[in-house]
Amino acid sequence: MTATDTTDTVDHPARRGGLAGAARARLQQLLALASLLVIGAFFSVASPFFLTYGNFTAILFSTVVIGTLAVGTTLVIVSGGIDLSLGTGMALCAVVAGVLMVDLGLPLAVGVPAAILFGGLIGLVNGLNVTLLGIPPFIATLAMMLVAGGLALVLSNSAPIYFTDVPGYLDISTGNLVPGVDFPNAVLILLVAAVVAGLVLSRTVLGRHTYSVGSNEAATALSGVDVRRVKIAVYVLAGLFTGLAGILISARLGSAQPATGMGYELQAIAAVVIGGTSLSGGRGSVVGTLIGALIISVLNNGLQIMSIPQEWQNVILGCVILVAVYADMLRRRRRG
Amino acid sequence: MNDQRAGSPADPTEPVRPVLRLSGVNKSFGPVHVLHDVDLAVRPGEVTALVGDNGAGKSTLVKCIAGIHPVDGGSIHFDGEPVRITSPKDAADLGIEVVYQDLALADNLDIVQNMFLGRERTRGGLLDETDMERAARDTLASLSVRTVASVRTPVSALSGGQRQTVAIAKAVLWNSRVVLLDEPTAALGVAQTRQVLDLVRRLAERGLGVVLISHNMNDVFEVADRIATLYLGRLVAELPTRDTTHAQVVELITAGRSGDLGLPRAENVAL
Repeated sequence: MTATDTTDTVDHPARRGGLAGAARARLQQLLALASLLVIGAFFSVASPFFLTYGNFTAILFSTVVIGTLAVGTTLVIVSGGIDLSLGTGMALCAVVAGVLMVDLGLPLAVGVPAAILFGGLIGLVNGLNVTLLGIPPFIATLAMMLVAGGLALVLSNSAPIYFTDVPGYLDISTGNLVPGVDFPNAVLILLVAAVVAGLVLSRTVLGRHTYSVGSNEAATALSGVDVRRVKIAVYVLAGLFTGLAGILISARLGSAQPATGMGYELQAIAAVVIGGTSLSGGRGSVVGTLIGALIISVLNNGLQIMSIPQEWQNVILGCVILVAVYADMLRRRRRG
Repeated sequence: MNDQRAGSPADPTEPVRPVLRLSGVNKSFGPVHVLHDVDLAVRPGEVTALVGDNGAGKSTLVKCIAGIHPVDGGSIHFDGEPVRITSPKDAADLGIEVVYQDLALADNLDIVQNMFLGRERTRGGLLDETDMERAARDTLASLSVRTVASVRTPVSALSGGQRQTVAIAKAVLWNSRVVLLDEPTAALGVAQTRQVLDLVRRLAERGLGVVLISHNMNDVFEVADRIATLYLGRLVAELPTRDTTHAQVVELITAGRSGDLGLPRAENVAL
């Protein structure tokens, strides 16, 4: 154990282990991706209508809303929190967009950012309730789920708001960036949003602190990190994604539906969990979440093509969640 | 044992100027008066052991210095200047680092991420992983840490001794001046205790002021230059290790006095 010996062992295996560590971290994503491919291959064989470009974009398009919600809430879940207000929050943001642009006649360039910021406001209230009042995230966001769902009905008089007179609004979701090429804008928006969320989570100080708060909140605080600020930030970010989802879903439907939304939060959480993010916090990735959301879409789409009734689709989705989480636990136990 | 202390820059009989000095520090939690007029000096290049029975106030004293429990009364001087420490950030800004008993590490993060937690280096707004990884590796190498295979290992995969090593390395990464270690060897085996004690000694050799809380007399006599004893919230003695025996320290811990050392008899009775 000479001095050179010492520095050597510190230096070299670090690089080897670094690669191995990175591979380990990617394993869950690879597993999810492999499952996605297997499911896709199964449907390709089972039905001649599955593997077509039209169906491919249809799957992506149907992933957009759940995907946007799931990507946003990945940050919250990695921080050890949970957000149940995503679904009705999304409906409320859609209604707010309708009120601003249809009822008040504000232009697109004002109404859309305002609706997204309103989502951020919902997140801010969630974050303050969790941090300043110390209400458990499950309860705080459950309450917000009810408040947002109710407000959506109040603001819209319980009637859908149609965007038919707002020029260009529907193009946000259904238009094509390159004319003539069938690739909906909504999918591009989801991808950009996911890249942003992924960068925040994996490359910024906020992202690093999000993982560490989810992993060991007390240790993070002792290291001089303002834990409350981290938590508020992730809820606000999730809220902004909720607002974006509200725009995307209402632009796709051509209307703000105040009564929809309930249930979307659970689908989003399902996508996050299938993607390998731990509900106990500290672990997960945006890429995994995207794959998780795609698995849900592919399943729904493929089962529909095979004419399997909606009721059974939910049964199968439930089983997939169980299998995905259990496989992850097995892998983890073997390693630990 | 004598060899080790001979290598230390400070001669305990002619103390260098303390980097951190507490005078008349008091701390109460409601009606419970935990610390009574505590005086303590931490000198650069020295290991000061802080000993005392359970409930004597050791951890409270450390948390006062760390800014977790601001002191109620008394003064704290850092480098001879009076300072106020009211939050962990104040302490960190002064260069006071604490290695807690329950290891303040995030399990899911790797060694580099833990060492830089709360003080991440960035470039262009994004985390500078390469720079942090290099600095972490350099720090571990400078402490001759050879037990950690990869700085990208998640902390959850490390042994108790390795975790303690990471926690200590985290503390010295910041050019800190004073490091407080709360029972760093409490849960460790013989070989791992050996490594951690070597590391503690190396911190002092680098010129840091080290405060070591320990229950283990062997550890204390092995690495400490001075032994400060807390008894029921009072600092009853602060003595050079070479002038002290195990028996005296044990008496000070359990009775607050030993011969002429510690509390005067009258006050002891009053207690």
